[in-house]
Amino acid sequence: MKAWLGKFKSLLMLSGIALLLAGCGKENLSAFIPKGPNAETSLNLIILSLAIMIFVFIVVMLVYVIVLVRFRQKKGQEDYIPKQVEGNKTLETIWTVIPIILVLILAVPTVTATFELADNSGAEEGLNVEVTGNQYWWHFNYQGQEIQTSQDMYIPVGEPVYLNMASTDVIHSFWVPSISGKMDVNPENTNTMYIEAEEEGVYWGKCAELCGPSHSLMDFKVIAVSQEEFDQWVSDMQNVDPEAQPEGAVAQEGQSLFQENSCVACHAIGSSPVATGPNLTSFGDRTTLAGVEEPTKENIVDWLLNPEAMKPGNKMTGNYPELTEEEASSIAEYLMQLQPSEITPEDAGN
Amino acid sequence: MSSAATQKRGFGAMLWDYLTTVDHKKIGILYLIGGGFFFLLGGLEAMIIRIQLLVPENDFISAGLYNEMITMHGTTMIFLAAMPLLLGLMNVIMPLQIGARDVAFPFLNSLGFWLFFLGGILLNCSWFLGGAPDAGWTSYAPLSVQSPGHGVDFYVMGLQLSGAGTLIGGINFLVTIVTMRAPGMTYMRMPLFTWTTFITSILILFAFPALTVGLFLLMFDRMMGAAFFDVALGGNAIIWQHLFWIFGHPEVYILILPAFGVFSEILPTFSKKRLFGYTAMVFATILIAFLGFMVWAHHMFTVGLGPVANAIFAIATMAIAIPTGIKIFNWLATMWGGSIRINSAMLWALAFVPTFTIGGMTGVMLASTVADYQYHDTYFVVAHFHYVIVGGVVFGILAALHYWWPKIFGRILNEAMGKIAFWLFFIGFHLTFFVQHFLGLMGMPRRYWVFLEGQGLDTGNLVSSIGAFLMGIGGLIFLINIIYSSVKGEKASADPWDGRTLEWATASPPVHYNFKQLPLVRGLDPLWIEKMEGKGKITPAEPLDEIHMPNGSILPLIMTIGFFIASFGFIYQTDHKAWLIAIYVGMAIALGAMLTRSLKDDHGYHISKEELEREAE
Amino acid sequence: MSHDHSLNPETMPQEPEKATHEGKNKFLGLWFFLGGETVLFASLFGTYLALRNSTADGPSSQDLFGLELVFIMTILLLTSSLTSVYAMYHMKNNDFAKMQLWLGVTALLGVGFLAFEIYEFAHYITDYGFTFRSSAFGSAFYTLVGFHGGHVAFGLSWIIVLMARNAKRGLNLYNAPKFYSFSLYWHFIDVVWVFIFTVVYLMGMVS
Repeated sequence: MKAWLGKFKSLLMLSGIALLLAGCGKENLSAFIPKGPNAETSLNLIILSLAIMIFVFIVVMLVYVIVLVRFRQKKGQEDYIPKQVEGNKTLETIWTVIPIILVLILAVPTVTATFELADNSGAEEGLNVEVTGNQYWWHFNYQGQEIQTSQDMYIPVGEPVYLNMASTDVIHSFWVPSISGKMDVNPENTNTMYIEAEEEGVYWGKCAELCGPSHSLMDFKVIAVSQEEFDQWVSDMQNVDPEAQPEGAVAQEGQSLFQENSCVACHAIGSSPVATGPNLTSFGDRTTLAGVEEPTKENIVDWLLNPEAMKPGNKMTGNYPELTEEEASSIAEYLMQLQPSEITPEDAGN
Repeated sequence: MSSAATQKRGFGAMLWDYLTTVDHKKIGILYLIGGGFFFLLGGLEAMIIRIQLLVPENDFISAGLYNEMITMHGTTMIFLAAMPLLLGLMNVIMPLQIGARDVAFPFLNSLGFWLFFLGGILLNCSWFLGGAPDAGWTSYAPLSVQSPGHGVDFYVMGLQLSGAGTLIGGINFLVTIVTMRAPGMTYMRMPLFTWTTFITSILILFAFPALTVGLFLLMFDRMMGAAFFDVALGGNAIIWQHLFWIFGHPEVYILILPAFGVFSEILPTFSKKRLFGYTAMVFATILIAFLGFMVWAHHMFTVGLGPVANAIFAIATMAIAIPTGIKIFNWLATMWGGSIRINSAMLWALAFVPTFTIGGMTGVMLASTVADYQYHDTYFVVAHFHYVIVGGVVFGILAALHYWWPKIFGRILNEAMGKIAFWLFFIGFHLTFFVQHFLGLMGMPRRYWVFLEGQGLDTGNLVSSIGAFLMGIGGLIFLINIIYSSVKGEKASADPWDGRTLEWATASPPVHYNFKQLPLVRGLDPLWIEKMEGKGKITPAEPLDEIHMPNGSILPLIMTIGFFIASFGFIYQTDHKAWLIAIYVGMAIALGAMLTRSLKDDHGYHISKEELEREAE
Repeated sequence: MSHDHSLNPETMPQEPEKATHEGKNKFLGLWFFLGGETVLFASLFGTYLALRNSTADGPSSQDLFGLELVFIMTILLLTSSLTSVYAMYHMKNNDFAKMQLWLGVTALLGVGFLAFEIYEFAHYITDYGFTFRSSAFGSAFYTLVGFHGGHVAFGLSWIIVLMARNAKRGLNLYNAPKFYSFSLYWHFIDVVWVFIFTVVYLMGMVS
């Protein structure tokens, strides 16, 4: 008995230490540190349900420990036959009724919140973004604004943004834990949800539905900036000149390689709705390369030379002419200069 | 045909005996061996997964292989390990508990086993034939339709075969319990393990056909160009999710209810008290099963079904907490006032109570839709279902194995090793999965091949992997215990634990006809009643007379081999039409075996009264 | 239980299909099995209902279905259910010859039904180019109706084997449950068809 309790204690301590070390996770990623009303609603329900459950657990454990301490077979009493109790109506009623009450306490706010979060009535006047999930990248079309971006999604802080989401291939799931719970992105219908960030920041987004080998590499960002900054970003993005010449001979070489090598067939620059591959308009401002890598020139060259090594199963591999290292380097130089807006992730206080 | 004679025969004869057996106990043992084998495979896959997630951005295995690992781990553990192990226990124990000589359909029982086993082998053939399925154990369309290679084809055919086997097993148990209970064994005198077998079989009967249809649709889409899940031709991939979870949620109860049954046997035995609130326990089981069919969409809260559907399914799901709570408290009340003996079997049962309570609690938390938008498809869910399926089902299976091992094999498992294995596994389990609740909410979705550095997920994953290794070592010690005990284990008496139910009233291991004379049941816990009244022996319900027994048959195996061959034909006919021959040959073998079965009369054989009398001593 | 299951007419019990333990098990097992089959068909119906308008610009149910053919098929199958009842009636009266006769009629009607179904499918494929692969509706239609057709075909082979096997030895307690089980199964197929007739054909022509 003693040994049993001791082991249980050490187990509790170990997990406790583990938790302390890990804390509540990383800010702007963890659902424990909500930065938007939806995530707050979820967290409140999590805390409420956890509180109820901890209460139940304590009651169960209390009885459990008493049972184990008091009713172990004692030495010399091996032949003792306990009273054979059939049941007890009162007790059984109690532990039927109390759980019903506890469940009701949880059910009411759950239902209320469910309808609250499904309320899309502000969508007509609000900012609407068409979100498209692809293996393995995200595309954002700001509806009625002629703005297309991929991977990084800019939103104004403190305002609900209405998302209309569909997939071009398999099911994905749109999840930005610190500002909202997730919603599946299906190929056969458009799902709607809204997100709102209460603070400026660069929020991590993740795909939460298994979508192929690179499922874990399909990260994206939601970048919440102030309303003025957002307006600035919108006007910058609307006035992009896709043909603008980059600075420096290498980058210019890169630009022509980009056009000659049929990169443009899949990758649009500017507000063209072509979206076979990620839109590269503001590639130079992206927080990451291919969802998870540092956007350094070296990494971009590596990507161009062998995308499969960075993102297994991606749709770019084998669909463009082979590049020399020099060519890849020029293209990278050009791409890194694609910084059409004054507003960058830094403005969100990364 | 006595057991002594069996042991004296050569290995070939024994093999033939097992290949053709229709004896429920031998088929049960086959299920245990098959399920145990796949459990090891699934465990190995789990270890590989945890090695990959030991450190951030690890490249121990490739992304594609990782997806194959998680798919096969889940599929193997659910369909080929947990369920067959439970079916094996039911097969051996349930007929003994109701005082029957065999099951209602011994031939089908054998067929059910072979379908399961060859289905599992078929699925695992994929490892050697171009790659295992990689669309997750849930195999969501359209990912599963688009998955290249033949991996998912093996998933479809393998599960179709083993699913058919399970369905046959379910029907067999249902009929057995309805028609073959010993005199006096009324429904409300049946042991809880028999009750849960009964309810589980009903769940199998009504849940598996939905999976069958889902698998057919996937098969037609992948192998025959149908358009069920092809959006371009008007298809709808959500249908797969509905069908899968209409099956999948009851499946959870198919797994957990028998484990509940196991605990309802072990806790009273080792507390020397009858089960508290027997009637409530029975009705709670029925209620859980009934509600189990109405909650499937809680797996689909984020699909976009709308707030009305989400709210309804949320409430239905929460309602399941009520009968489950009743069970937990009744178990506690069973022990209250008892005289508790703790051995390995009881340790597993005791560990189950807090562990499963946590799993049940997180289940209620998951039912809260808006909270679920955060939990869904993250490690929180992974933690939850491992608390339920390991903490509930695997603990249950291990408890049951320690408890019934003497009855099944005639030897008692080594206690010291049993306890070491328990502590390692138990501590390892909580280390592995408790932190995963937090990992999920900290932003780690499930089925992630790598997690990134600097996202606060490193420590949790490291702890989790260390725990997994402890579980692995615990599992290995259990395996060593089995091998050691089958050679050197203490011989078991008929009733080593001071049992209460009928299986302890016959020899360990039981003779092949179970009971020389059918027992007369005079109440709940019939053996206990006789012991309390000082007799210690069950009163027979009939005079000694000849016993009718079924003949063994090789046909179930042949039939299954036919389906096995045909499955390869279906899988590969998309590559080359010549494979159609395999379909024809396979189906001809299977149908030929069926035809033989129906044309050849099989009346079984009789054990004469004289022979029974000779065997008396 | 007697070793010899063939009883003479005088000692044949009222309900020979339920007189033995094995017989009882057999038809109880079949009842359970049909419970599972109900879920199987319910799942197929659900799938069909979800996809019946997903024609992908191919032929729709209104383009395809004609009442005459389906009406004849329905009559054939309903009648065959009735004739199997006659057969069971004669089984209980221990009149083996008449039972075989009515079972024969049942089988013939079943064959007729199947022939019409094959004609129907061929007609859709050749005249409308409507196949299993045309659209999600096509897949769902052929799968649902085809599964039913497959059940009819299985039932036919079952009864033919049963009639042939027992033609010379007459009715006994060993084979009576088998005949009875077949008839139960056949009724089930008939009930499923009634639903197909309503959900697939009638609703398909209206909407």
